[in-house]
This record gives sequence, structure tokens and C-alpha cells, in this order.
Amino acid sequence: MNAQTNLIASSERKIWPLTGGVHPEENKHQSTTRPIGSVPLPETLVLPLSQHAGTPAEPVVAVGDKVLKGQLIARASGVISAPLHAPSSGVISAIEPRPIPHPSGFSEPCIVLSTDGAEQWCELTTIDDYRQLPPEELVAKVRAAGISGMGGAGFPTAIKLSSGLSIRTLIINGTECEPYITADDMLMREQAQTIIAGAEILQYMLGADECLIGIEDNKPEAIMAMRTALSQSASADKMEIVVFPTIYPSGGEKQLIQILTGQEVPSGKLPADLGIVMQNVGTAVAVKEAVVDGKPLISRITTLTGAALQTPGNVAVLIGTPAHHLLQHAGLQDSQLGTLVFGGPMMGFSVERLDIPVTKTANCIIAATRSEFPEAPDPQACIRCGHCAQACPASLLPQQLYWHAKAENYEQLLHHNLFDCIECGACAFVCPSAIPLVQYYRASKGVIRTLEAKQVKSERSKARYESRLARMAQESAEKEAKRQANAERAARLKAAKANEQPGVVEEDPIQAAIARAKARKAATAGQPARVELSAKQKELRFSSLSPGHRLKRLRRRSAQHRLLAMTPRLHG
Amino acid sequence: MAFISNGSSIRVGQSSPHKLGLNSTQRVMSLLILATLPGLLAQIVFFGWGSLVNVLWCVLIALGCEALALTLRRRPVRSCLSDCSVAVAGVLLGLALPPFAPWWLSLVAVSFAVIIGKHLYGGLGQNPFNPAMLGYVLVLISFPQEMTAWLPPLGLEGHNNSLGDALSAIFGQGVDAVSMATPLDVLKENSSLTINELWQANPIFDGMAGRGWLWVNLAYLAGGLFLLWRKVFTWHAPVGMLAAITIMATLFWQGSGSDSHGSPMFHLLSGATMLGAFFIITDPVSGATSNRGRLIFGAGVGIIVYVIRAWGGYPDGVAFATLLMNMAAPTIDYYTQPRTYGHQRASKGLPKKD
Repeated sequence: MNAQTNLIASSERKIWPLTGGVHPEENKHQSTTRPIGSVPLPETLVLPLSQHAGTPAEPVVAVGDKVLKGQLIARASGVISAPLHAPSSGVISAIEPRPIPHPSGFSEPCIVLSTDGAEQWCELTTIDDYRQLPPEELVAKVRAAGISGMGGAGFPTAIKLSSGLSIRTLIINGTECEPYITADDMLMREQAQTIIAGAEILQYMLGADECLIGIEDNKPEAIMAMRTALSQSASADKMEIVVFPTIYPSGGEKQLIQILTGQEVPSGKLPADLGIVMQNVGTAVAVKEAVVDGKPLISRITTLTGAALQTPGNVAVLIGTPAHHLLQHAGLQDSQLGTLVFGGPMMGFSVERLDIPVTKTANCIIAATRSEFPEAPDPQACIRCGHCAQACPASLLPQQLYWHAKAENYEQLLHHNLFDCIECGACAFVCPSAIPLVQYYRASKGVIRTLEAKQVKSERSKARYESRLARMAQESAEKEAKRQANAERAARLKAAKANEQPGVVEEDPIQAAIARAKARKAATAGQPARVELSAKQKELRFSSLSPGHRLKRLRRRSAQHRLLAMTPRLHG
Repeated sequence: MAFISNGSSIRVGQSSPHKLGLNSTQRVMSLLILATLPGLLAQIVFFGWGSLVNVLWCVLIALGCEALALTLRRRPVRSCLSDCSVAVAGVLLGLALPPFAPWWLSLVAVSFAVIIGKHLYGGLGQNPFNPAMLGYVLVLISFPQEMTAWLPPLGLEGHNNSLGDALSAIFGQGVDAVSMATPLDVLKENSSLTINELWQANPIFDGMAGRGWLWVNLAYLAGGLFLLWRKVFTWHAPVGMLAAITIMATLFWQGSGSDSHGSPMFHLLSGATMLGAFFIITDPVSGATSNRGRLIFGAGVGIIVYVIRAWGGYPDGVAFATLLMNMAAPTIDYYTQPRTYGHQRASKGLPKKD
């Protein structure tokens, strides 16, 4: 206890309080009693093509191919994407949809690798001194290594490192505020030097002046290890370990920035707009291994915990290892298992199958008993007690969002800044009526995104239709002009011919005009003043209008259609 | 893969968070009832057993009406009754009604509060008005004589305080209880005496706000502080109301002459001030919902309470003020959204249409 207070006292830097927040039971001690272990090589590895935020990777291997450990098996497609590497040597046995770690329980395309047990590495290019290379080349190495954020969000790391904005501060996130999870804690205890080395490389790549390593004060061993490693490193003067009080969700990117710098990431912007980039401690290790050792991201530290396991702890896992392989290793008591959760108890999701593979973002698997994660009680009525608003780290009004979500009032939801909700679950945690608030927000966000996508699509097709009409009108106008020009030329030629013929008496032009007017009058007198046009005639008349008139008319029509359809319009 | 094959060993799709805190509506409501105990005790001490009988009788009616309404609405009776919310309404009405209020008066007030004030709007969480105050105002307007018959605060040396007296007063023919005006009444009716003369003429009202009333209010204050400590509600609404009353009473005090409206201390510690500040206007359902909103809501109640006390037609105005501000609560909510993380300023008013 004493050591802990000393550690906190020794961090002199000013820190800012988190808005709101809750103190759920930590349950971290169960998985920190053992050092990071390893598991035997599984017979098959299942590698989802989409393990990161962005477009899925494209396979570059075929079924039956023999691959070496670390070999590229799927390349990044598009800018926001990440490649995939073989976590072990073996044969590609299938490329097919398999269940992936996702709350939907859906299957997605995966590369299935049958391991051969040889663990034979492909050739790796190591670097002795990364400072000899320009930062861009190092970022390319990170991109090629398939590193995506390992704290849980899975955003491709290279993109964060090449925003083009000038970065002042690098923040290394060692907060790990979610209960149960200890992967980062154990990583900091055991591989502090690697983390510092990774942070140094990241700092070099970003050209950041300072590097802050944020750790909650409930991890005294990790803090000690990190302080020791930092004091032994060359960049002790450019880095600082900042310790702050434990509260959930201080490890959220926006929240940690607020705690360490007092700044808020403007809504809809990125930390890079403030000159800040944040990386998880696990990502720092992966970056070091990618740049210095040339190793792609093929393994990670995952916490295996929950009361249904006899030997909870942390293990170094090859990406693609099925959950049941790990759980058996950790002594799963099948009869005890009530809920299997990927991630932490606050933000993780439950899965229904045991054959789900570990991905790059899987920091924790909780095999919980029924009494540990009891079934949520039936929700009661919201009494607007406001406890949720006190707990919300984003200063939202969860109780109002709930009412509007229930009423499907999307305008009000946007007005109440629904999309600033980080889905941390603090509101639902404190709710005395046990209302699944976060689920309401997720569902509403989904509906709004769908509506907006539809809106964009219809706007786009409307614009396409209008430009097509304008193009057609222009074409026919050009044709008309050509025709008139031709007619005029013909008339001129005819007139010239007539002039050439002698003996034709010139008509008096005034008399001729009067006669023409008379003839016109006589012609119109016999007809009704206005004829009801048939649809076909209307269309004809419409197509004979000038392009400008036609557009005007179309707009009027589409305005009427819009009124009729009354589609919900979002965003001003 | 025994997991998926035997099916029964795993539950389907639970949404995060997977573990909830220990907070529950039942706990919130039970704490509220617990916190009224000092006030109830003070009322029993100074006004006799009537208050206790009233509270029990009102809770009984409230539970009965709730059960009836839930049955008619085909809602689960047991689970809804167990949230204790209706018991709170019953307790508050029992405390607010005069100690010897006849049984039918309580019946009218409580049944109106629960059936009309709560369930007609859709039950717990849906009512725009504070149900207890609706019931109170109904009987205050309909039966002014019964509603103003407060007993003199006799304290322990009193003689009309036996439980039997209270029971026969409430359920029987009534006893010849000496009914007496409250200090707020006396001050309101006064137009000729200075404050000192007034207090001397009514020795029972010694102390800052009348002997009994002072202690009753302090007891409710203690209960309210307990609730604040247990974080059942935030300080905003009570502080708003008490601050507004203090400011109004200071501005319009007019000294201690015959046209005095009473000192700020007198207003803070008499009538239903503390009961209102900590137990009535903190009802989250019918109040404003953001912190700033609650501050404004409380201040509004405080101002209206003082206006009614000083210039209105009733000696006290907590019930009217609460209902009036209940009406304003949705509007207050629209204009008091907190500033969200990452936003320059808070959103206000209604969403803009396109």
C-alpha cells in the first residue's frame, strides 16, 4: 500500500479528473497470480480476413498452399485495411466463412491453416538502428506487419502514424480500466523494456516532442516495472509515466486524453487534430517487433479468466487460435460455464460458440459462471433518477436518449449527441431499473446510419438523374440548333436561287405581313382556347422545353414527391 | 465444442455490460422511506400519533390502489409493488396531511394521487406531475377546513396525543381536538402586531419558526442530508429551492414590523420547506433531469413557494409550486442539456428541422 502511495506521489504532472465514471468490481487479481504463459500449438488456426476496422484483407494464398510462419497470406485492400500473416507454418486447408468473434454470431470469410508443428519462420529482415531510416519507411514496415490497435478498437496503426498532421504528444495507453482484463498489466510487468523501445520508435516515427505513458493506480507492479525500464532507457527525459486514480472508463481514448492533457477531442475529429496520437502498450510491443525484428503481428497476450476456469491467467496466443483450445488449457469446467465473453464485462460481447478464434483485438476471454454474470433482471420503468447522467463520461443525458430511442425520435437523438456516446456501459451499470441502455443506443445508431446511407444514396441517384436529363436536354438543344442552322442555310440558298430568277415580282412586305396575321387568326378561331394534353403530349411538350425550364419543372415535381414520401430527413 | 452441441450450457446473446451495479429502484425508494423517519418521529413527538396512523393508512391505501390499477392494466402486480415507489407516495402524503385528517380525506387524496396522478398517465416513470402533490392539492382545494386543522405543537407534555385519540379522531367521530393555525397562518393573517408582539401573543411559537415546526424541519433536513450522502439524488434541486427561498425572504423581509413577511430563517424552517426541498421536489420522474435543470427547477419552486406564502391565498405553497414547476420541467430539460464532451457549447431547445 505504501509503495502505491509513493508511486502516486512521485508523479508530479497535473492530471485532470474524468467526467462521470463508475467503480465496478475489478476482479483482476484472479489472472495476475501467474506469469504470462503459453499454450500448445493448436492443430488449426482460423484467421478472419477482417480483424481490423476497415475493409477486409484479400487472400493471396490458395487452398493447399504451404506457408511459413510469418508469411503474408492476405494483403490489405484499400487505405483503411491491414494485411494478415500466417501465425505458424503449415498448409492452407480452407478459405471459407467461419464463425467470427462478433456479437452477431455471423460467419465471415476466414483463412484456415492446418499447422505442421514445425513453426518454421519465413525470412525476416531485422534492423540494427532504426534511426538510420526515415520515419515513412518505418511506417511502411508497421503497415506491412499488419498491426492494428490492440486495445480493442482495431484501427490500423499505420494510418494513425501517417495522418500528415504535426504530432506533439504520443500517449501510450496502459490504463486497462475494464474489470477482469490484465493483459496490458502483465505485459507491462514482464516486457516493460520492449514497451519503452516500441514507444521510442513510435515517438521517432511521429516526431512527437513528448511521450506520456498513462497507467491507473491499481497496477503498482506494472508502474514499478515501467518506471525502472524507463529510467534505464536513453529517452528518460522525453517520456513520462503518469499515474492517475482508478475509475472506469479512464482508458477510453477520449477519456485518457482528457485525464492527461485536460483537452477534449472535438466531436467528429481525431486526437491527431489536437496533435495527439494514442497507442496501446500491446501495440507498442508489436511495433517494436515489426520494426526491429521484422516480425509481423501473429500473436498477442490474451487474458483467460472467469470463475469457470481452474487456472485463469494470461497467455501469449497465436492469432487464430480457437477459444476452446485456450479454455481447455486454462482448465475450463464445462458444467460451470454460463456465459462466454470476448472482451471485458463492461464492453465485451457474449458469444454462443466455443470455436471462435482469437483475433488481433481479443484482449480477454471470460468464461463466467451463471452466478458471476447473472442474467440481467427484467428492466423496470425509467424513473429519470439521473444516476446515468452522473456516470456518463461524455456528459450526455442517457435518460433522455433512452426516451427518444424508445420513441424512435432520431432528430432528438442527434440533438442529444447520440453519436458522442462511446458505449462504455457506465449508464447501464448504475441504472436502478436495469434498463439495457447501451443496447438502445447501439440499435438507434444502427438505424440512423442506415437511414443516412439511404439518404445519401437517394441524393446521389437524384443528382445522377438530373444531370442525365440536363445532358439529354442539351443534346437535343444542340440538335435543334443544328437543324435550324441547316434550315436557315437552305432558305438562304433558296432565296438566292429565287433572286437569280428574273421576272418574279417583288411582293409588298407590309401587305404580306397583314395577310399572314389574318391567316393565323382564322386558324386559331376554330379551336378551343386550351386543349387538355394527353400524358404523351405532355411528355413531348416537356421535352421541347428549354433545358433550364425543364430542370425547374423537375425540381417542382421532385419537391412534391418528397412531400408525399415524407422520408425522415436527418442532419440539417 | 460441447458448448454448442449440448446447447443448454450457454445463454444466448447477452448485451454488455454483463454485470450490473447493485443499485435498484427498490433500494432508492427504501432509502427514501428510511430517510423520512426522523421527520416522522419529530411529527409524532410534536403533533401526536396522528401522523403515524396517517402514514400507515396512506401507505395501505396506496398499495391497494396500485394493486387495483396494475390488475386493471394487466401488469405484473407483485414485481411492480415491490419497487416501493407507491409506498413513497403514500408516506409523503401521510406526512403532509394534517395529523388528525379524517380517514376519507386520506382516501380521496391517496387514491387520486395513485390512480389519476400516476396510473392514468401510464404508471411509474410516466407521470408529468408529482402524484403526492396532486392528491394533496385536490383535498386542499376541496376540503379547506379539514386541511387547515393542524394541531398545536404540544410536544411531550401534550395531552391529546394518545394513540387511541388519534385513531378515534381519524377513523371515529373525531375528538374535540384543539385545532390551531400554523405559524405560517398566523404570520399571514397578522396585519397589526409586530413580530415580537406576535410571538409573545402566541408563546407556543417561540423559537425561530415555532417550536414544533423548527424541529420537524430540522429532522427532514437531516433525512435529506442522509440521502445526499447516499447519493440517492444530487444537491441541485434542494439547494436551488432553499437558496431561492432565502434570497426571496431576504429581499422581501421588511424587518420585524407588522407588515413583515418573516425572516429567511423563519421561512426555511417552517411549513413544508425541508420536506419539500428534500423529499418532494427531488422526485426525479416529474422534475427536471439535468443538474442545471434541477437547480433551475428547485429555484423556481422556491420562488413560487415564497410568492404564495407572502402574497398568495394559502399559508404554504410547496404543493402548488411543485405542480407549476412540473409543468415547466420538459421545457427546462430542453434548455439545460449539459455540454457534451468534445462540443463547444451545449445543444439547446428543440432540434432544428432541416
